Amino acid sequence: MTLWTAILIAAIACVALKLAGYLTPPEWLERERPARITDLLTVALLAALVAVQTVGAGMAVTLDARVPALLVAGALLWRRAPFIVVVLAAAVVAAVLRALGWAA
Amino acid sequence: MSSTVRPALNAEERSAWRQGVAVSVATGAYGVSFGALSVAAGLDVWQTCVLSLLMFTGGSQFAFIGVIASGGLAAAPAAIASAVLLGARNVAYAIRMNPVVAVGPDGAVSWWRRLAAAQFTIDESVAVSLAHIEPRARRIGFWVTGIGIYLLWNLSTLAGALLGDVLGDVRAYGLDAAAAAAFLALLWPRLRSRQAIAVGAAAAVVAAAVTPWLMPGLPVLIAAVVAVVVGWTDWLGRRDRARR
Repeated sequence: MTLWTAILIAAIACVALKLAGYLTPPEWLERERPARITDLLTVALLAALVAVQTVGAGMAVTLDARVPALLVAGALLWRRAPFIVVVLAAAVVAAVLRALGWAA
Repeated sequence: MSSTVRPALNAEERSAWRQGVAVSVATGAYGVSFGALSVAAGLDVWQTCVLSLLMFTGGSQFAFIGVIASGGLAAAPAAIASAVLLGARNVAYAIRMNPVVAVGPDGAVSWWRRLAAAQFTIDESVAVSLAHIEPRARRIGFWVTGIGIYLLWNLSTLAGALLGDVLGDVRAYGLDAAAAAAFLALLWPRLRSRQAIAVGAAAAVVAAAVTPWLMPGLPVLIAAVVAVVVGWTDWLGRRDRARR
């Protein structure tokens, strides 16, 4: 599979999901179980991505400058900082720690 | 949206407009971080722009490039699966938006309007729309937010991709930490119930624990099983409802 193929498959599938929703009868949402699983699926995937992006390095687990950066991001989210501030602050913390040689 | 004579906007409709514009600007701006991270993950500028133009759902876009960044082309099937599973919530959004957006200003229901609405059905457009009560304010909230973010998100993606191209070593700029923070920021507003917090914590632990043994990309998919199990059995769910 080329990267282009993967991009097009994933993108078209995501568009198809949105279209499918407009064709789905509204009663589907009133059924509790599928609605609950859809909600929790989003939570689980995002949380897993946070973990892998913070401590993963290929097939290894490592603690580096990303960990303190994420703690700062969490503190800012707690204080209701806007998305762009959170993302920039995390980048700055990791970049500064690495420039100072305090973390890998 | 093409009628020539229309009544003036009332307070709620103006509020929908204002919120839509504010959310568009705030959300559109972080397309820069998506563009830069995507190029850092190994996509070129065109591939990055196609993701924002066609896929156009932030969580799935970040997930796709995140998995490609850690596992390369070999992880492409896992990248596709992560993006699609994260996009599944848009089905629920579309079902909710269907009665709201299918109706035009003239009160007529049309198929082309649903077709056009599909691509703009994302977290933010649905949130702004449903924050209002009146049907017309809801429609305004949806279309202003959806179209506004679409335009700004794609412009800022291009800017970020061009910027990422000249940056070079992204770790020196902390862009890998920015990716983790982006996922955390997308996750944060969803951690409102005890059940969601438990699922999030368990999924994070599972994904980190299996990372040394599985190909990059797969740990995220394994962690999704937590959601299916808890969602199916509704573990902790009754207590959450009792607390409300």
